[in-house]
Amino acid sequence: MSEQHRSVTLTVNGRTHQFDVPVRRLLSDAIRHDVGLTGTHVGCEHGVCGACTVLMDGRPVRSCLLFAVSADGAAITTVEGLAAADGTRHPVQQAFTECHALQCGFCTPGFLTTIAAALEDNSHPSEEQAEEIISGNLCRCTGYQNIKAAVLRAAELKRAAG
Amino acid sequence: MKPPAFTYHAPESLDEALGVLAEVGEDGKVLAGGQSLVPILNMRLAAPAHLVDINRVAGLSTVDTNDTSVTVGATARHTDVELDDAAYGVQPLLRQALRLVAHPVIRNRGTTVGSLAHADPAGEMTAVLALTRGSVRITSGSGSRNVDATDFFVGPLECCLRAGEMVESATFPAFPAGTGSAFIEVARRHGDYALCGVAAAVTVLDGAVSAARAAYISVGPTPLLVDLTDAVAGGAVSGGAVSGADWAAAGRLAQSQVSPEADIHSTASYRRHLVGVLTARALAEAAAAAAPTHSLPLRRSG
Amino acid sequence: MTQIFGEPITRREDARLTTGRGRFLDDLGRHALAAAFVRSPHAHARVREIDVTAALDVEGLIGIYTYDDLDGPLAEPLPLLIPHPTLTAGRTAYPLANGIVRHVGEPIAMVVGTDRYVAEDVAGLIEVTYEPLPPVVGLTASRDGDLLVHDDLPDNVAAHLMQQTGDVDAELAAAPNTVTFTQTIERSASMPLEGRGVYARWDAQDDSLRVYSSTQTSTSVRAAIAAKLELSPGKVEVIAPDVGGGFGVKIVHPWPEELLIPWAARLLDREVKWVEDRREHFISSAHERGQIQDITAGYDDEGRLLALDVRIWHDHGAYTPYGIIVPIITSTQLLGPYKPRAYRCAIDSMYTNTVIVTPYRGAGRPQGCFAMERTMDRIADALGLDRAVVRERNLIQPDEFPYDQGLTFQDGRPLIYDSGDYPESLRMIRELVGWDDFETVRSQAAAEGRTVGIGMACYVEGTGVGPYEGGHVQVENSGRVLVSTGLTSQGQGHETVFAQIVAQELGVPLDDVVVTTGDTRRFGYAVGTFASRAAVMSGNAVALAARNVRAKALRIAADALECSVDDLDIIDGVVQVKGDPSAAMALSTVAVLSNPLRYAFDNAARAATQFAPRADPLRAPVDEDDEPGLENRDYYSPIRSTFASGMHSAVVEIDRDTCETKILRYAVVHDCGNLINPMIVEGQIHGGVAQGVGGALYEVMHYDEHGQLLNASFMDFLMPYATEIPHIETAHLQTPSPLNPLGIKGAGEAGVIPGSACLASAIEDALGVRISAMPVSPSDLFELLATDPERTRRGSR
Repeated sequence: MSEQHRSVTLTVNGRTHQFDVPVRRLLSDAIRHDVGLTGTHVGCEHGVCGACTVLMDGRPVRSCLLFAVSADGAAITTVEGLAAADGTRHPVQQAFTECHALQCGFCTPGFLTTIAAALEDNSHPSEEQAEEIISGNLCRCTGYQNIKAAVLRAAELKRAAG
Repeated sequence: MKPPAFTYHAPESLDEALGVLAEVGEDGKVLAGGQSLVPILNMRLAAPAHLVDINRVAGLSTVDTNDTSVTVGATARHTDVELDDAAYGVQPLLRQALRLVAHPVIRNRGTTVGSLAHADPAGEMTAVLALTRGSVRITSGSGSRNVDATDFFVGPLECCLRAGEMVESATFPAFPAGTGSAFIEVARRHGDYALCGVAAAVTVLDGAVSAARAAYISVGPTPLLVDLTDAVAGGAVSGGAVSGADWAAAGRLAQSQVSPEADIHSTASYRRHLVGVLTARALAEAAAAAAPTHSLPLRRSG
Repeated sequence: MTQIFGEPITRREDARLTTGRGRFLDDLGRHALAAAFVRSPHAHARVREIDVTAALDVEGLIGIYTYDDLDGPLAEPLPLLIPHPTLTAGRTAYPLANGIVRHVGEPIAMVVGTDRYVAEDVAGLIEVTYEPLPPVVGLTASRDGDLLVHDDLPDNVAAHLMQQTGDVDAELAAAPNTVTFTQTIERSASMPLEGRGVYARWDAQDDSLRVYSSTQTSTSVRAAIAAKLELSPGKVEVIAPDVGGGFGVKIVHPWPEELLIPWAARLLDREVKWVEDRREHFISSAHERGQIQDITAGYDDEGRLLALDVRIWHDHGAYTPYGIIVPIITSTQLLGPYKPRAYRCAIDSMYTNTVIVTPYRGAGRPQGCFAMERTMDRIADALGLDRAVVRERNLIQPDEFPYDQGLTFQDGRPLIYDSGDYPESLRMIRELVGWDDFETVRSQAAAEGRTVGIGMACYVEGTGVGPYEGGHVQVENSGRVLVSTGLTSQGQGHETVFAQIVAQELGVPLDDVVVTTGDTRRFGYAVGTFASRAAVMSGNAVALAARNVRAKALRIAADALECSVDDLDIIDGVVQVKGDPSAAMALSTVAVLSNPLRYAFDNAARAATQFAPRADPLRAPVDEDDEPGLENRDYYSPIRSTFASGMHSAVVEIDRDTCETKILRYAVVHDCGNLINPMIVEGQIHGGVAQGVGGALYEVMHYDEHGQLLNASFMDFLMPYATEIPHIETAHLQTPSPLNPLGIKGAGEAGVIPGSACLASAIEDALGVRISAMPVSPSDLFELLATDPERTRRGSR
């Protein structure tokens, strides 16, 4: 049995990639394997942990719950694409370091993409909103307290940067 | 946890989609948001031979609102419905329920119509369709039919869709004037499926409660709609507050109508208990939302 | 010299981990073959036949392997890592099932394919014929012994162990008051966000193997692979790359996959990788916690504990590869900061047809703490005393250290507490949480129709167990300082804290120090990262190595600068004559001078020639007791463990109608001796508390009577999200350990230990209904309240 393949075009972090994949390949696997960007992590493959969260056309989605073929033509932002072109880390990346919001770092990419997108919509989140923003991501190391602090700090840094 | 192989179809028009669905029949499964379907595939609990991805079908992602109802297309994301102010103005229960559906990132991709077709007895939107006396438009190559909520949900994870059919849209009618609504649930963790959830609508006419209804999730095989008017009729409204309505009696009435089951998260008796508690709370909140509409000419806005 | 040790320095790991440049197991080996496993769907069964016919045509299939394909030591049962005299009936599994399976998830066949999708397709097509056997599920069934997990044993008891001090029977008989009760604590699991994983490369020309494993001990994995695959350890390299959390489950070794993947790589002469998926992690990686505890305590009218008699049944799962460390720790750490006159703890470690039980953060301590602290609450309740007061009356006093509990700890050494100040801890926690004013809070809440309660739990944690760790420190000619230690990291920030230690000891800028952990190519002898031991063990080892390097640097520099060693200091990487900054040389120059072979490859070497001492014809270029290079390797091996401690207090609110528990406040007083990096210690506490909250209110492994794990997903195994974890208030007490050069104690597990005890206490205080089983869900609370007609309620409310 030879399985069906399709050509997929993804613009990942501003760069266009075209490749053939089996139609059942998950977007998470396509990003990691076909595009070769391994910053997007896979923690559960049933959409609960949020480690694989990427931005699809600006909106955070679970890449383990999408087929690469369904994302054909989409613009994807992964954790590797958050920093500025000159390498300056995104405010949320800086805030994570400042606030010690990560330990093992495995879940971190999903938090970063989710928070980065949320700050585009809400530049001044309250504490409650900070919690809501990260409420769909699991972290087993930090107890979340410093992640919540990092959301607020990231917003502050982002506002300061203008 | 990788999905089994399937044949993938990505129709770009409704006709094309229906053609494919007719062709693949029982072997086909519609892929919309995929937030329930893809986990099932990844766990290899299902292995449809064909997936018909309707995300590229033009015209299905709309949220259309008129004076009397909100109609949600098959690929409209939960987030789009939740954030739609016009939809909220006509049927506020949509937003009230959607904020409880999983987490924001899931709602970004998951579709409201898909969650109805999934017919999970714990799915919030099934209760919304039931309480609003809504319907779905089921379409196939041989035409369309509108099916009421009551007939649509057949059992746990089972709706009345037949091979070759898909749900094209769902329509959520507005409540009668003077009606307030609320959605309350108890879940183990924020965003989890509810142990028990209640959608409630209370209508206040001439300063008195004239109707009260509630729909329940997670306490039966399909969303359960209960008319509680008898228990609370006559509750008076004054100055925006409702008094004299025996919400607890409504809770007891609701409890007598449900036969919940136990699972690893809850005993059956705790679920039944929650039906009583949450009914009282949801009705009171719905009545409070209804009251200002009557006593003050203001409308709550999103 | 800038203070570096003790400062909340941000982590150097973060630059790569926040930008997607971490190297986790699955980030390596992009083109490796992928493995998947056929795992038992039965809790107990004979494997009659394995039919692969239907699977053979799958495109991309490379190989299918069953027990019959294994040979030599690999065909023997997996090692029993930590034997113990009381573990009289230890049993381990085979890497692949040999005729019988004893838990759902036990591996039966390994499939290698071109990718994981294909490998899973193949696994799904392999038909295994089973003869189901009746499973033993749950401690009660195991204790009954009607059915057996291992049919060659007379019962389901793997080990019966006993710890005692004093004459419990006599003290109990003489005690003015006694209390007897039973309680249970359920199974949970480490559940790191990254599962396990192994990636192996065979070099056929060199007959050598390189293995990457998401492990907490790369050196021991190497030893296991070498033994089982009959390779010289020198031909096996094992590297722990970035590890996405461990919490105990990755200390077990060798996991079957850690042997089978390298074996397949050698067999096929291809790169092979296996990355555990979440379902596999639930059903085939270890769990922990499950115990039933029968407790009898004798106490006087002041609430002083005279005798404590504890009988425990510990659910060990189907096998005992990691020995009985968990029950040993429960029995020895149970006493906490208290000093009963007599204590006896008897534990039966029981087999069940469930996945194995090995340490998960806390490792038996949460259960021991639950037993002890709930005893304190019972005594307070019976006497009508404040729970803090009862605890205060039982504390070991500061002048009693070192305090010998009269027991034997997990490392086989006497259980002697090295230092601490428990009364001060208690004072601090009372102040932090407002314990003494809580009745005001309670009545205010009651006036608003709200039900609140407060709880407390205290613990002492043996940390930094031996036998040893080593550290290597090398100053390169560039001035860069390379530090390596064999133990691994899984998020603790070792690259930062070990750099802090070395920078401080050596006198170099932090940025010049580069740390490598868990790579056998760099350091061959190590034990591993568990038991809150990394900072204590490797921290002190790298400190000792750094001190040796410093001494050597001063000696060489003194020689070159023609002064006394005592006149020299190292500041910011420059060796200077005290008070005379002009007489100085960079550490990089000293590094060049340390090697008499001085080809001028670089500027540092050329520059150093001006300092080169004249050759003494009577001396060899390298002295007999010296060696070339500015480097040193040293080991830290403590005589016994060091004992950290802490106290937690929580305020909860219970919704009387829905029976939901909300944690309003969670306060922690923590003492792990000197702090290397308070920011990181705080982070460890936060994470531990979150796991404690998970274990107290949310997490449980739901096995049905057939041994099926009903909640083997993140949907139904309720790991807390941000919305479930309270804000954590912390205060630190620092009583340095007298046992090690840095005066530090471990901090990794502390946060999780008192969670269940503390929250049970608080919920009981709020509702007045006995809490004797954890975790406790809203449904549980509802049923407790429904079936508890006031009679058994605590007296106070």
